[in-house]
Amino acid sequence: MVSEQEQNEFRAEVSAWLKENNPGDPGFLLPESFMEVGTDQQFEYLRNWQRKVYEAGYLGMSWPEEYGGRGMPQIFQDIVTKEMARQRVPFMTNTIGLNWAGPLILQQGTEAQKRQYIKGILNADDIWCQGFSEPDHGSDLGSAQVKAVKDGDEYVVNGSKIWTSLGAYAKYMILLARTSNDGPNKYAGLSFFLAPMQAEGINPQPIQKLTSEYGFCQTFFNDARIPANCMMGQEGEGWQVAMATLMFERGNVGGQAGGLSMMDVNVNDVLELARRSKRNGKPALDDPLIRDQMVQLLIEARSNTLMAAKAAIPPLNSERPGAIPMSGKLRGSELKRRFCQFALSLQGANGGRFVSPDAVDGGKWQRIYFNSFSATIGGGTTQVQYNIMGERVLGLPKS
Amino acid sequence: MSNQIICTEEQSMLLDTALDFCEKHSSIHVVRSRIGEEESLSRDLWSSMVELGWAGINIPETYGGLGLGVGDLVPVVEAMGRNLMVSPLVWSAISADTLLLAGSDEQRANWLPKIAGGAIATMALTEPGGSWLLTDVDCRGSIEGDGIVLSGTKCLVQDAKIADVVLVSLQFEGKPRLALIPQAAIPSQALKREEIIDETRRCYQLTLDGIVLPKEQLLPETCFEAIEQAAMLLISAEMAGGHASTLNLIVEYLKTRKQFDHYIGSYQALKHPTVDILIGLEATRSHLYHAVTIYESAQSHEREIALRMLKATASEGFSFAGDRAIQFHGGFGFTYECDAQLYLRRALWCQYQFGDEDYHRLLLQSLLLDQAG
Repeated sequence: MVSEQEQNEFRAEVSAWLKENNPGDPGFLLPESFMEVGTDQQFEYLRNWQRKVYEAGYLGMSWPEEYGGRGMPQIFQDIVTKEMARQRVPFMTNTIGLNWAGPLILQQGTEAQKRQYIKGILNADDIWCQGFSEPDHGSDLGSAQVKAVKDGDEYVVNGSKIWTSLGAYAKYMILLARTSNDGPNKYAGLSFFLAPMQAEGINPQPIQKLTSEYGFCQTFFNDARIPANCMMGQEGEGWQVAMATLMFERGNVGGQAGGLSMMDVNVNDVLELARRSKRNGKPALDDPLIRDQMVQLLIEARSNTLMAAKAAIPPLNSERPGAIPMSGKLRGSELKRRFCQFALSLQGANGGRFVSPDAVDGGKWQRIYFNSFSATIGGGTTQVQYNIMGERVLGLPKS
Repeated sequence: MSNQIICTEEQSMLLDTALDFCEKHSSIHVVRSRIGEEESLSRDLWSSMVELGWAGINIPETYGGLGLGVGDLVPVVEAMGRNLMVSPLVWSAISADTLLLAGSDEQRANWLPKIAGGAIATMALTEPGGSWLLTDVDCRGSIEGDGIVLSGTKCLVQDAKIADVVLVSLQFEGKPRLALIPQAAIPSQALKREEIIDETRRCYQLTLDGIVLPKEQLLPETCFEAIEQAAMLLISAEMAGGHASTLNLIVEYLKTRKQFDHYIGSYQALKHPTVDILIGLEATRSHLYHAVTIYESAQSHEREIALRMLKATASEGFSFAGDRAIQFHGGFGFTYECDAQLYLRRALWCQYQFGDEDYHRLLLQSLLLDQAG
């Protein structure tokens, strides 16, 4: 147990360090999350910031010391993460490494893998990306078609992955590929690799997003050779390893390195925008319709907060324990999309501007609204989430 | 603002016991079969509830109750709502709370032990204009000699016919006040049964003209805010129960009814709104048990926000569920025989008691938007 006093002292220490070392306004619009890193300038700025945080000892605090962590109780890292959110410092850009690949390697990797990968994840020397989705199988991971064929002590990979965030900067990819078509079902033929990105025949092509920015890649594999010993688990166990990864991704289990993973925009930021916005020369919050819509959004945000609290109380969830955790992404991402949309309606004719110095907050809201679709689409679209909820939580017949 | 939800051991046990009890003794068939009866609940069943101590949950032990709070009624009222059971419990409990907060020592000593023992109390607050403002009172009490002469009309008074005592709101010397009317003081022609949308319930118009009360029946204090808050809490609990059953009714039908060779639950046009009904239920129950958690301890500002958000969320969610329950049952949903109408009627009744969602959002505007923090 870490005493209350010890926690408070540590919080004060972190708080002071962050105030002192907050890299501040870079003079260009920063991305909101690792999915939006589109320019070298943004990337270098964020990588340097993560490195600085790690070197100060505030990242991977609960990870084992022998691999680069500090072996301390989780509570310390949680304090750092909260403090980072509170002070609104930039996020830790190696998100996939810190939150998904890293904890997975610590949970299931060999000793050699832990020694090889963990430290580079923490100090941002080794950026990680994820190769799960494919162009024809967005939300249906089990149907992955990228082929990996064993040839001596290598696998030869062909096909393409899509939505590889940080693909252009990554040194490694967590890759789900098909090593066989002979299994009893489509899942049995999948294997999981910690694939090097610098191999010949691997070509990440940046994709321009609806915001006109870059940040995702489509990664093409053309007879790319990767070492056989970079496989995680055994051949044919890829689906299980991928599911374990998704548990980390969705926050269903702990073990992440911690640190802020995205720019936090919430409904109170929209309220703050509303307070300083004018419509037709009058305060936007004088408009009865705006007032009602704002209240509606605040109630729904409150519902999500309280649902998270209720989910932790078994006697209040005996009937359908999956209802709240399984709808979390759906509720959170849809609400964010809607309050970002609403933020534009507060701006009068300026709602029609885009990222530029003349736009309200530099066009931040237009960009956040567009980017909010990444969460309503990525990780299983809202519509797929509705099917999953209907079928797994309510027991309705499959669509 | 606190995000806390705690479910005490008592509350958790009450929820289990009450769910079992209501399922066993008051199935939806029983509730439906009593629609034509004079009383909505059999006296035997009320006696069993009283024996379980429920009538005295929020009455101090010194008056023969369990000494818990209004919030501790929520699990029981939620369970009652599951099969649309109606009982005098909600209004007896709010009456008891009112006596505790605004009654004299004599009034408490006289009525609280009786209520804990199963005497039925109810409240006459609404008037023909249908206003939700409890201090918006036209009925009057005026002093004549040693007594107070009442005048005016109250309506939508639940269980007035079987109540041992009715707490009534009145204009008295220019201020809204509360008074106790014992059953014996109400002439039989003063009560008229009203047609209401929720047929499981019995409501009456109460004509006050001609009723004379001794002065000591006036409550020395008032507590209209507390009455409104207790009502918002308990009506929302009832709605949470009804909402859960409406969801179950829909899910059951979607899993068994086939059209065009497929179970209708496989169609996303029905499946997705049903998931919205589930999420709405979880939202309501989260607001509900949060309101229970902070009910006694929170600052009044925080409590008011929590309760208005609760009532708005519950009203919107349950009425949507009831509406879709009719639609998703197709032609059968259009019939009186289908239980969906019972749930929709309950949803609408509760939605329009103590403020619908638009009203509470309107009141939340100044609470949330015009004050810092």
